[in-house]
Amino acid sequence: MKKFRFVALLAAMAMLAALVAGCGGGGAKEEKKAADANEIVIGGNFELSGNVATFGTAAANGAQLYFDEVNAAGGVLNKKIKFVNLDNKSDATEAANVATRLITQDKVVAILGATTSGDTLGFIQVATDNKIPVLTSSATNPDVTVDPNTKQVREYVFRACFIDPFQGTVMANFALKDLKAKTAVIYVDNNSPYSKGLAQFFKESFTKQGGKIVGEEAFVPEDQDFKATLTKIKGLNPDVVYCPGYYEQVGKIVKQAREVGITVPFLGGDGWDSPKLAEIAGAQALNNTFFSNHYSSEQDDPNVKAFVEKYKAKYGQVPDSMAALGYDAAVLIVDAIKRSGDGSPEKIKEALKATKDVQAVTGKLSFDENHNPVKGAAILEMKDGKQVYKTYVNP
Amino acid sequence: MEVFLQQLINGISLGSIYALIALGYTMVYGIVQLINFAHGDVYMVGAYLGFFATAILGWPFLPALLLSMVVCAILGMVIEKLAYTPLRNAPRIAALITAIGVSLFLEYGMMLLVTPQVRTFPQVLPEVQYKLLGNLVITNRQIIILVVTIALMLLLQYIVHKTKIGKAMRAVSHDKQAAQLMGINVNKTISATFAIGSALAAAAGVLVGIYYNAINPLMGIMPGLKAFVAAVLGGIGIIPGAMTGGFLLGIVEAMVSGYGKSLYRDPVAFVILIIILIVKPAGLFGKNVREKV
Repeated sequence: MKKFRFVALLAAMAMLAALVAGCGGGGAKEEKKAADANEIVIGGNFELSGNVATFGTAAANGAQLYFDEVNAAGGVLNKKIKFVNLDNKSDATEAANVATRLITQDKVVAILGATTSGDTLGFIQVATDNKIPVLTSSATNPDVTVDPNTKQVREYVFRACFIDPFQGTVMANFALKDLKAKTAVIYVDNNSPYSKGLAQFFKESFTKQGGKIVGEEAFVPEDQDFKATLTKIKGLNPDVVYCPGYYEQVGKIVKQAREVGITVPFLGGDGWDSPKLAEIAGAQALNNTFFSNHYSSEQDDPNVKAFVEKYKAKYGQVPDSMAALGYDAAVLIVDAIKRSGDGSPEKIKEALKATKDVQAVTGKLSFDENHNPVKGAAILEMKDGKQVYKTYVNP
Repeated sequence: MEVFLQQLINGISLGSIYALIALGYTMVYGIVQLINFAHGDVYMVGAYLGFFATAILGWPFLPALLLSMVVCAILGMVIEKLAYTPLRNAPRIAALITAIGVSLFLEYGMMLLVTPQVRTFPQVLPEVQYKLLGNLVITNRQIIILVVTIALMLLLQYIVHKTKIGKAMRAVSHDKQAAQLMGINVNKTISATFAIGSALAAAAGVLVGIYYNAINPLMGIMPGLKAFVAAVLGGIGIIPGAMTGGFLLGIVEAMVSGYGKSLYRDPVAFVILIIILIVKPAGLFGKNVREKV
């Protein structure tokens, strides 16, 4: 379980990293170049190795793609962008070291990364102390931009993804409007703040709009057998079951739910996004289930289509949501640099804060007062074991 | 009533697994007075062997089950020889701590070997659902679990009561010194006990893998603890006690999840353990034996 949470966090970090990744190159050289008046150096702090290497790599690729586009079009503020992308080895301590190097040696004006909340939280203190803005691509934990102890917004930290609680709200709206559900049962992972956070916001939103939560059940990650609870849920006869866990447990739950005869839709969040889900649950059992995610490569949106095509042309694979968020982080930072006037970290930070209606892959982005982008979520349906794009829900 | 019967079915399938694991605990305790905490991990290894036999070798269910049981029987004997035999005359706490060490070794050794990733079993037994009395659902897998469990229990009863090795096991558990004086090979008997107990745990592991379709290296911890509770519930060291304890615990858990709150399930299981230890320390089937001072 811990691992899953970590992965989600890491994913978030990778996005950020992707943004930073565009600056790849030797350290000492960068330093000189940083002083070069014709270049703007952006740092990348991504997971290029370690256990969430795929997240960081995808996000860095996404960011690099956008920086290349910008440079090909003449750069920003009449300067070329240099993306110095360094590997934080999927480790929070290493992420801090990378940030220190980027700031002191490479003289970056901003850092993109990392993809997970854990790695991002590892280096934001260093960045804040040096007054360098950080933009994470996919760290979804609310604590990344708001200090949980002081409840103060972290001045220099921004993100390109929505936060955990938002997904709960999105799924509540989807259940009510698209599935016409009137009653729901919530079934959460009791050991995961991620799962409970999503469930809490689902509940608030669902009941506020006239829905009724007819039952709340919980499981622990070690559970193998969910049938007793599922039999109870079946007896409650809900229209939908909201189960915002990670794919391993969700897989088992959906499988056993179909076995005890629950046929209603199951709903979840981005913790479902793994090929393992269909392996565990079985393609058949997963039919009629939906989950929220950052984006879908199948979205019928000209921006998404253009991005998917460009990404495929450069890297030869379909971009996942990490890559899309990495690209978006790059879009946001370049937009902020453009509006900053002089490209100094302080001005970039102010510009980021004022970000409004920037067209990116995952939506039209504006930051709220907590430095979180206001944007919608894609809802995917599982059909015969494959993720099929269903709809896009705006906040 | 329908829901009650459905929960009963759920509870019995879950209880079969606990009972199979509990048997190993109870047999080992009966013969060497050792709580073998590595037992839950033998169950995990059994599940992985079943996985390799079905997923990689492509074997059908029964041969995979047998392979897993045989290999785990050997593993059980090896563990006993390497870890517990040298400590046979050491204080009991030393053996207990060794058991915890073996447990951790198996968990993390396995993690190193097969990565912590979840594995899914191939569909060796395509699922068939049977509807009884209207809405009552029972699957072929639940039936297989129950049938295999009962068959193994009958086999075990036969071994313990009708064969020579069974007689030796009973004799050793009754009085080790006296058995030795009667010419019984105590070491061999203890080895056989570990082998049989581990084979039963392996069977439980394969059944769980097929039933729930997902295995990981730490899957043995919770079922191991629960089976321990089941063994104590029935009276540790007593074979029919472990079976009853297993089924009882499974049914209680299903009922608590079904009629109470899902999160009360584990606390209830362990509260039962505490109450049993206070009220009837020897377990449901246990006789109160006064220790000689």
